[in-house]
Amino acid sequence: MHDPLFHYCLFLADSALILGHRNSEWCGHGPVLEQDIALTNIALDLIGQARNLYQYAASIQGGDATEDTLAYLRDERAYKNCLLVELPNGHWGQTVLRQFFFSTYQYYLFQQLINSTDVQLAAIAEKSLKEVTYHVRWSSEWVIRLGDGTEESKQKMEEAVDNLWSYTGELFVPAAYETPGFGVDLNVVQMQWQQKVAAILDEATLALSQQGWMQKGGKEGTHTEHLGYILAEMQSLQRTYPGARW
Amino acid sequence: MVNEATIWKLFENIFDPEVPVLSILDLGIVREVHVKSKQEVEVVITPTYSGCPAMDVIGMSIRMALLQEGFTQVQVKQVLSPAWTTDWMSESGKQKLKAYGIAPPNHKQLVCTPDAFQEEEAVQCPHCGSYHTQLVSRFGSTACKALYQCNDCQEPFDYFKCH
Ligand SMILES: [Zn+2]
Repeated sequence: MHDPLFHYCLFLADSALILGHRNSEWCGHGPVLEQDIALTNIALDLIGQARNLYQYAASIQGGDATEDTLAYLRDERAYKNCLLVELPNGHWGQTVLRQFFFSTYQYYLFQQLINSTDVQLAAIAEKSLKEVTYHVRWSSEWVIRLGDGTEESKQKMEEAVDNLWSYTGELFVPAAYETPGFGVDLNVVQMQWQQKVAAILDEATLALSQQGWMQKGGKEGTHTEHLGYILAEMQSLQRTYPGARW
Repeated sequence: MVNEATIWKLFENIFDPEVPVLSILDLGIVREVHVKSKQEVEVVITPTYSGCPAMDVIGMSIRMALLQEGFTQVQVKQVLSPAWTTDWMSESGKQKLKAYGIAPPNHKQLVCTPDAFQEEEAVQCPHCGSYHTQLVSRFGSTACKALYQCNDCQEPFDYFKCH
């Protein structure tokens, strides 16, 4: 399959699915019940967005491809999610900060993608954007509360910024399959993302990271050691009992 | 032959499995019905949220109901655009929600933006009618609801949030 659209859909879908999976690890472990429910709701939205994208990708691929074969039967090298989403959750503050970084990226990306000449991508973006709006609000509020909170919470958020920062650059470096653009100017997304992140971190009394060097590779299928463990858990049922259905 | 008006009428009796007082028409998720022949019918629905697990169940309920009416080929098609909004919920649906103990959605407002710590719209307590209520969490028991508490009667309640 050489169609860039197919790979672009997989990149968007994989990123949403893997973050949805990471967030679901918090289910039953959140610091308070309401926020446990909030994060699992966000996980559900992300997995729903991934489904819409996988269904579209499957229709492009044709044959026996379905959303399930794409999610459950591709191996690590075929996954195109950005590295940011596969990192371990860390503490609550780090999970929240990662959500803020990713949701803010999705928000500005989808704002442009709704005008894509590809009608189905535009429709998925239009649907997702409404959900992502809630995610940006929720995550930015928590970044502010924790950053501008107690001495301990502030220190933990500073660590989280340091831990995650070098994984944010990849979002704005186009992979080969992103060159058609699909109606998105990634430079504009980057500028808007940087402005929003600077404003929220400022309100959270957190300093922007000075790290300049950025990790990359996830979008092209080169992952950290963490993705293999996620896929092993997520795909084990379909790998063990091929074709199993509810 | 079963006509489209009859089918719309039929849908008054297919309910949302998560909020069983609302029919799929009250929810505003049925967009189009096309009777193509005596055997063939197509129904276009749109999901409330991308990950709403009720959609699969609703699709199946629609299929069952139409098979019972004698159709042999039933297509339930999902479209995403234009995206569903709570403004498509019927007035009677909003009344039913309130009677069921869930605050119905306010009209879509300017607060549906990503900005942090926005002033929330006043949501009326479905138990005592007070507007003196507070947001507990923007995410609740299902994707479409937020969690509120009434400052007067102290009861917690779900709000079908504007979307
Ligand atoms: Zn009350």
